[in-house]
Amino acid sequence: MPKMTIDGIEIEVPAGITVLQACEMAGKEIPRFCYHERLSVAGNCRMCLVEQEKAPKPVASCAMPVAEGMVIKTDSPLVKKARQGVMEFLLINHPLDCPICDQGGECDLQDQAMAYGHHSSRYSEQKRAIPDKEFGPIVKTIMTRCIQCTRCIRFATEVAGVEVLGATGRGEHMEITTYVEKTINSELSGNLADICPVGALTHKPYAFIFRPWELRKIQSIDVMDAVGSAIRIDARGGEVLRVLPRINDDVNEEWLGDKSRYAIDGLRRQRLDRPYLRVNGKLKPVTWPEALDAIAGRVKGLQGTRVAAIAGDFADAESMFALKGLMNALGSPNLDCRQDGAALDPKARASWLFNSTIAGIEKADAILIVGSNPRWEAPVLNARIRKRYLRGGLKVGVIGPKLDLTYPYQHLGQTGDVLGQVASGAHSFAEALKNAKAPMLILGQGALRGPEGAAVLGTARKLADTCDLVREDWNGFNVLQVAAARVGGMEIGFVPQANGRDVAGILEGASKGEIDFVYLLGADEIDMTRLGKAFVVYQGHHGDAGAHRADVILPGAAFTEKSGIYVNTEGRAQMAESAIVPLGDAKEDWAILRALSEKLGHTLPYDTLDELRRALFKAAPNLQQLGTVVPAGWESFGGSGTLTARAFQMPIANYYMTDPISRASETMAKCTEAFVAPITGTGTHG
Amino acid sequence: MLKDQDRIFLNLYGQDDWRLAGARRRGIWDNTKDLLARGRDAIIDEVKKSDLRGRGGAGFPTGLKWSFMPKQSDGRPSYLVVNADESEPGTCKDREIMRFDPHILLEGSLVAGFAMGTVATYIYIRGEFYNEAVHLQHAIDEAYEAGLIGKNACGSGYDHDIYLHRGAGAYICGEETALLESLEGKKGLPRLKPPFPAAVGLYGCPTTVNNVESIAVAPTILRRGAAWFAALGRPKNTGTKLFCISGHVNKPCTVEEEMGIPLKELLERHCGGVRGGWDNLLAVIPGGASVPLIPKSICDDVLMDFDSLRAVQSGLGTAAVIVMDKSTDVVDAIARLSHFYMHESCGQCTPCREGTGWMYRMMQRMVRGQAEVGEIDLLFDVTKQIEGHTICALGDAAAWPVQGLIRHFRPEVERRIREYSARKAAE
Repeated sequence: MPKMTIDGIEIEVPAGITVLQACEMAGKEIPRFCYHERLSVAGNCRMCLVEQEKAPKPVASCAMPVAEGMVIKTDSPLVKKARQGVMEFLLINHPLDCPICDQGGECDLQDQAMAYGHHSSRYSEQKRAIPDKEFGPIVKTIMTRCIQCTRCIRFATEVAGVEVLGATGRGEHMEITTYVEKTINSELSGNLADICPVGALTHKPYAFIFRPWELRKIQSIDVMDAVGSAIRIDARGGEVLRVLPRINDDVNEEWLGDKSRYAIDGLRRQRLDRPYLRVNGKLKPVTWPEALDAIAGRVKGLQGTRVAAIAGDFADAESMFALKGLMNALGSPNLDCRQDGAALDPKARASWLFNSTIAGIEKADAILIVGSNPRWEAPVLNARIRKRYLRGGLKVGVIGPKLDLTYPYQHLGQTGDVLGQVASGAHSFAEALKNAKAPMLILGQGALRGPEGAAVLGTARKLADTCDLVREDWNGFNVLQVAAARVGGMEIGFVPQANGRDVAGILEGASKGEIDFVYLLGADEIDMTRLGKAFVVYQGHHGDAGAHRADVILPGAAFTEKSGIYVNTEGRAQMAESAIVPLGDAKEDWAILRALSEKLGHTLPYDTLDELRRALFKAAPNLQQLGTVVPAGWESFGGSGTLTARAFQMPIANYYMTDPISRASETMAKCTEAFVAPITGTGTHG
Repeated sequence: MLKDQDRIFLNLYGQDDWRLAGARRRGIWDNTKDLLARGRDAIIDEVKKSDLRGRGGAGFPTGLKWSFMPKQSDGRPSYLVVNADESEPGTCKDREIMRFDPHILLEGSLVAGFAMGTVATYIYIRGEFYNEAVHLQHAIDEAYEAGLIGKNACGSGYDHDIYLHRGAGAYICGEETALLESLEGKKGLPRLKPPFPAAVGLYGCPTTVNNVESIAVAPTILRRGAAWFAALGRPKNTGTKLFCISGHVNKPCTVEEEMGIPLKELLERHCGGVRGGWDNLLAVIPGGASVPLIPKSICDDVLMDFDSLRAVQSGLGTAAVIVMDKSTDVVDAIARLSHFYMHESCGQCTPCREGTGWMYRMMQRMVRGQAEVGEIDLLFDVTKQIEGHTICALGDAAAWPVQGLIRHFRPEVERRIREYSARKAAE
């Protein structure tokens, strides 16, 4: 631990850190533009210069490692003069267009200019202008504002893993551009606008909307995938205007996927803002009492076994808990939260969790990815794998389609039987896993869906034994979920009860007329045509597949409009907060179920959300540990059977459109057109 | 004046054969095996004792630099990189070595490479030096064929490969870390130091980057002894040096001379004197474009070595002496240099990227006199804001010529400004 002196403060710092970090530990703020904690050090902006005793000239603190006995001054006249000089240079070619710049109010250059800027310019020559670039529907460029800090280049190359950004030209003519005139095809491109310290890269969907100080900022949790990224929702009035990542080193570090950020414009379209009732085949707006009465009229006298409920991908734990309570009261064992039919074993918690945790990826040295495209299913988690890869010594194997995951991997095959070979130890990759210090298996929903899902889970369980995935202090068995609601549903047991039907059973029952009443809690991803003549209630916030089929529509709240607990793929319970009130006549989901239960004569035993949560925590204690992961026990699970040469089908065909919100989003439609259509083709091309 | 028997570069003007046979005649590759047999430490010691300072411009003690290389490999190979990207305006010394005496460089590379325990030498040659690269490659082929380099070089049991790499013509690639980047196939942007190349250099391995001339003189130092070399010149500024004199002299030339020779003697003895006589001298840039100029008053008695020139706020640099007589528009000359640095700035660091353009634009106006007198101070301030605030020395190199101009020729700049405003007022 080197001892050093910073502005007269003696401080002992960990070896290997930089002077800039040491200064921060000593409570000294160092201005910077190019330096970013999570990117490599460029040292080119020269704003972080400090005075080092016995050094001939000021040193860039971001790049200088600490050493024993160093004496650093951060506020000497020399330092101030140096920083003022750098600031002046940055500003001579920077346009004075702050009033029309979207970065205004959260601009590093603007902030630092307050401390180090001259009040007027000494520069009387022509200013430089640079043509704007086309980076796609997410990132807006005004390149004249660029200060060439190269953060974006480093982010794209290091974190996002798309090597399309770079600098061309020398000196004054240096320009940040893509090679060649490409858009940035990355699911993490929105972060480019976040890390840009000036207004060169801004958020296209948020252009010219509001100033940051005009917004209400609410800390919440993202539900567009199962990672549970920490987000900040910026809202004004009754509208969510943007979503930004918050720092959570255990989950998303400080990144966020583009869908999580920009699908929010889908919250303004296709919304269900009042109850509807199907009369003579047509949906007719009705009042809440009319809607609830119609349901009560249909359910009264029905046998419990003829009633079923399916929970969708956005359902919060509270509403699923309430719906489960209601189904129990009605005597129905038919409920399921696995609307995709994935073979998650309700009895074994380890069979549905990402047991290594997301931060645990950084410890792994061999990873086998089965039936998953983490780049689309969990872009932030995929960035973590890339981060681990960049550190070196990571072996990755993939069973599934050959895709660009942003890191190299060994492609073992497309089909289930290859997994069988690894599990039996016959495949060479089994050796790699066995010899690894921290081996990981990532089992995607693509592998767990379909007729062989249970056998895949069983084979994976066998693989865990063969390859020694579970060791003391290490559980390398991981299931990557894609739906934010799934783990919560599993935790509270929103699965078939004794003699109950699962999703496939419910659909089959409904089509055969054995089920008369189906309650869809935001479930849109099932085959609606198989619901037969059943009376369908759809509770949710978007007019998507479920609402089209429904006989009664009960308008619920989107994740931005209610407080609710979501459990991420690791089993980390986190609470989302409401940023705005539900749209129109829509209500919070648990409250709708509470009101309905009263109409049905089975009043649920809670009147407030707090009371509900108390009951919920009693039933599912893991959910009470907000923010932490409760490790799962290691048991046996999964079905038997040999895997055939059946290729895994990926759960996501288009990253930008996976759910009712993103399907309603204009930005996501543009992204689909820009990034996905050119690869898969739309059928109308050429 | 340097005696003929003390010359190191015996074929500087190409009268003799540059190929292997000619080189052998001049004593190059003469029992090189014996030099290597002295051992690594003895060679480095000898070079240290000779007080040889790097000939690339900065004048860092060469022996000391060599001693920074790891004595024991940690598993990584070490490399010697010869900086032959000679691009400093006015400089044409390495070029003469490479086209007329390539074997002296190759022998030096082998000896220096051995002393530092390197596995290979990379010679990074300026892209524009086409014929020099052809000669050098031919010499490398000859040396391989004769068993002088490669496996069991000179029968010493030591393996050493030499590779030639041609640059693409960027001035910044002469900066040692930018050169390494370029050699690795990347854009030539200088690296942050620390880590220094001796710890993390080419391909992440310990590397020493030396100028062509520093490497080329090493075998002769070993043969004739450090004492001989140190006896030439002045203390701490020892040995012989190639001077490249260009500009307003009667016979511009590249010549090997003793360090510390008076500038006036250098010009009069080897270059036929300043055009129009010594009194017609206006100023001299003594060490390549990046050092501040010195006016005639200083030229009268200044000695040409690192410390003497430093004492007059200039520098020996690459010893490229650019002579300007009184017909020179000195402001325009410096403005041209400013343009050069603006053009060659890599664009990485803010002060250099933005400042070089600013300086050039102001200098352009100064040439016409289209400025305020107060702007001279602004210009000086801008140079001070660039100097010492960048990753590499290009920022300093861009600032110094302008500083030199303002230091010594401020009245001339002010005169132009006054005349210009008087002209404007009259219109």
